[in-house]
This record gives sequence, C-alpha cells and structure tokens, in this order.
Amino acid sequence: MASSKDYQAGVKEYREMYWTPDYVPLDTDLLACFKCTGQPSVPREEVAAAVAAESSTGTWSTVWSELLTDLEYYKGRAYRIEDVPGDSESFYAFVAYPIDLFEEGSVVNVLTSLVGNVFGFKALKHLRLEDIRFPIAYIKTCGGPPAGIQVERDRLNKYGRPMLGCTIKPKLGLSAKNYGRAVYECLRGGLDLTKDDENVNSQPFMRWRDRFEFVAEAIQKAEQETGERKGHYLNVTSPTPEQMYRRAEFAKELNMPIIMHDFLTGGFTANTGLANWCRDNGMLLHIHRAMHAVIDRHPKHGIHFRVLAKCLRLSGGDHLHTGTVVGKLEGDRASTLGFVDQLRESFVPEDRSRGVFFDQDWGSMPGIFAVASGGIHVWHMPALVTIFGDDSVLQFGGGTQGHPWGNAAGAAANRVALEASVKARNEGREIEKEARDILTEAAKSSPELVVAMETWKEIKFEFETVDKLDV
Amino acid sequence: MTISNTGNYETANTLETFGFLPRMSATEVQAQVAYIIASGWTPAIEHEHPDNAFDHYWTMWKLPFFGEGNMDNVLTELEACHRAFPGHHVRLTGYDNYTQSQGSCFVVYEGRA
Repeated sequence: MASSKDYQAGVKEYREMYWTPDYVPLDTDLLACFKCTGQPSVPREEVAAAVAAESSTGTWSTVWSELLTDLEYYKGRAYRIEDVPGDSESFYAFVAYPIDLFEEGSVVNVLTSLVGNVFGFKALKHLRLEDIRFPIAYIKTCGGPPAGIQVERDRLNKYGRPMLGCTIKPKLGLSAKNYGRAVYECLRGGLDLTKDDENVNSQPFMRWRDRFEFVAEAIQKAEQETGERKGHYLNVTSPTPEQMYRRAEFAKELNMPIIMHDFLTGGFTANTGLANWCRDNGMLLHIHRAMHAVIDRHPKHGIHFRVLAKCLRLSGGDHLHTGTVVGKLEGDRASTLGFVDQLRESFVPEDRSRGVFFDQDWGSMPGIFAVASGGIHVWHMPALVTIFGDDSVLQFGGGTQGHPWGNAAGAAANRVALEASVKARNEGREIEKEARDILTEAAKSSPELVVAMETWKEIKFEFETVDKLDV
Repeated sequence: MTISNTGNYETANTLETFGFLPRMSATEVQAQVAYIIASGWTPAIEHEHPDNAFDHYWTMWKLPFFGEGNMDNVLTELEACHRAFPGHHVRLTGYDNYTQSQGSCFVVYEGRA
C-alpha cells in the first residue's frame, strides 16, 4: 500500500506541479490556449504553469487541506508552449482542464475559472484567452440556441439567401408611435427583420410596453401587405431578470416571433435563462454584443471574440453579431470567418490561418445566424454575400434609412441588391469582382437602387485592423 | 432635393426570395435549377392559390424529384404544373437533406387569380 503524502508548508514553484509537457490531453478535457506576456525575469514554463494553477486548483501557497483531495486529478495542466509568430515577447500556453472542474451547462462557471483572478496576476504583463476547446461531453450539457438556423428559416419562411435587417434610427429619442412607423416603413419596403438599437431598453422617451405594441402593429400590417413573414428584435435587456422575463412574456402575448438580448452587459446567467425561456416558448433570440470590444480588441490582453462566440453558442442565441469585415467596425476577414464557422458548423477543424487553435466538435448543437451590421450599404452587398453566405443576417441601418426617398425605398434597394447578388452567385458568377456590373444591371428595374448607388458611391471605411491574426 | 422630387415606394406583394427581381426568363430559371442540382439538393414543385400563399404548406406537385439530374425534366414539370393550375403560384424548392432545410425556394410562376 502506498503511503500518503507529507504536508510541507511553504511556497513551491508552480511548474513543479502544473507544467506537464508529457501530458496527452483527454477527449473529455477542456483545452485552452492563452497568449501570455510575462514579466521579463520569469521563465515561460513558470508563467504557463502559473496560468494553469491560478485558473484551476492552485493558490500561491501550499495549504494542508490540499492533501484531503486528489489534486493530481483536479489540477489544470500546462502541456505545451509555442512561439507567437513575429512576436518575441509573448508565447502561447496550452492548458488542459479536467471536465469535473466545471458545473454542467454553465459557461458562467467555465469563464469564472479561466478568466478569473489569473488575469490580474502580477507575474504577467498581459494575458489573452485565444481559444477554448469544449469537449463534446460538456457541450451536451448546454442548451444552446433556442431554435437554430434551420428552425428559424422554417418559421420565417426565408430560404436560399441571407436575411435582411436594419437597426431603427435615430437610436434614441423617438416616441413609440414614431418608432413603429420607422419599423413599418422598413418592413413594407422589403426587409425581413428590424432591430431595436442595443441602447433602447425602456427610457423615459419610449417605455418598453408602448414600443412593443406599436411595433407589433407595424409587423402585422407589413405582413398582410407584402405576403411575407416579418419580425422585429424587441430588446428585453433589462435592469433585473424579473423585468427581462416580464418583457419577454409580453412579446409572446403579442405573437412576436423574436426578441433580443445583450449577452455581455446583461451577463451570461441572464442570457442562459432567457435562452431557456425562448426554447420553452417558441421565441427566437437575437444576441447583441455591446462591450465586446472592451474585452476582445487588445491583441495581448483580454478574451478573443471567438471564445465569446463559442460561449454564446453554448449559453444560447439564434443570431450573433460578428462584425462586417467591410463596414465601419473592426474585423479581420480570416479571423471573422474563423468564428463565424464556430457559430454555424457542426465541426470546425484547427486552422491557424483563421485563428482556430483546436478542432471543435459541436455535435448536434443548432447553428446561429451570423449578423453583419454597421456602416454597410448597397455597394457592399456582393462582398457581404460572398463573405457571409446564406446563413447570415445583413443589417443596413444608415444604409436603409438614409435613402433620400425614405426607409421603404431604402429597404427595397437593399433587397433588390441582395437578390441580384444571390441570383448571380447561383449562376456561377464571381460576384465580388463583378459587383459593379451586377448592381448596375439590377438597378435597371429598380429606381430605388439607382438612387441608393448614387447616394453611397463614395463611402469607404479603410483603416488598418488593430487586432490582426498572428502570422 | 425638394420633397416633390423624391420617389414614392409602393408596397408590393413580393412572395419572399427573388420577389424583388423582374420575372425570370426561361434561361434564368434554368440556371437556378442547375444550381439546385449542382448543390446536391432535390428539386421539388409546389403550387397554391394566391389567397393561401402565406401558409407554410403549399400543395405538392407530385413528389420531390429525388435523384433528378436533368434540368429539362424539372423545367417541363414546372410548366406542366403551371398549365394545370394557371391561377396558382408555382414555386421551386431545393431540398437539402444535410441541413434538413431548403437550400433554395422561389416562385417561378405567379398565379393570375
């Protein structure tokens, strides 16, 4: 019989216990890749081991009660270190965590461990969580999207093309009735969906209940007149969960097909609860991502958006904003496609050229529509269709409501441009290259598109991306 | 620009995908059929009276054309359905059995009713 371990008080180097280069990760392990930038005097192995320790079982000092459990089973293990291409200061540390460290179905618990105290650790200058591989065993414990791409297409009767949306502007200050008018104009003109701006909750100028009622009337009227199915993301993001559910229930009473939540400012607990409510009540859930750039934009510190996107797919949502690649907001093309895959596919292989550090098996978890929104207009349409494909929502706010003839004409211009792009793609044309020809042809039968093309012909957003892939 | 110079967009009954494009020529429909077949999807035809066009289910014209690789047969069936139900909308679907969804779906003939 083996004797038990001795207790020796004091401080050990982390690497003695948490740096295990010979470890072969298990299929059930949760794997993480951190980009570490240590203080210059600390060896890489010690930094990696410290990250593994502080994000799992370790603390700075040995404690006697460690000997009452089997830490060899529960500890996180730093098992690999890699250079970051083109960066001598930082390196990647790969850490494996046993699945039993985490509560089932709780991305809250996963993040509290992985991006908790460790991010303030003094031995590190910067730390960034680049990617997580969730084991399929863990994924099976999460609810995921309330409906998913396939169910949403069937409910809304939208096939063979991206859906078209827009955020109602001005984003703050409209009365509920005037707001409903803007919604109605967009929908009758040819949009499938409109959206509350994320800032719109229930302010003095427009309380949520009034907004919901006028929007519901706008949707019903637009559906009757166009013969198409329509929706508006009613934002139920609220100061308290109780309020959030009250608003969701009222949207259901009004027979609305979709509501909306801000998953980072609202928090993962609220989001997961709301996703469960949506699944139980046949409601679609649009997810906005306010605050993400605070967390994900710095190339050496924080959490990459691909991790937040994966967590959201587990927490639940049917749409998620991903950036546009071509519009006014930050987003590298390859990196964006890397996390768009994580939203929609059932298996995503490791691909460093897209910033994907692990194979990720999603099993039967439904997919999420990628939402491209922000500073896009008709001229971008062929590129957007090429980049995002059919399982996306393309949202033109200013690009719809800024049309000189108003929202309905703006919506029609976008819809013509979208359908012309899809039709040309199906015919085998290279629509990104032939964008001008395709739009010019389509404009022959759409005076609304002629005006839109003239209005936005000079607008470009060409700035360098701040957060580039490490290549 | 003065307001009198702006256009006025009239709401239209547009029947979902491709509803905002001019009616397709036979050649253009053929290209979409070719896309459905090349994507590995199963072409299928449905028709419905315009009054019921908002329903999820339209009436099927025969069964979906499983294994059909010949575009001309699909075009012939579309025309046959249209001739049998001239007052109905006729739509073409590409069933995708991998996603369990429809990779494509659009109205080819609008009913005259």
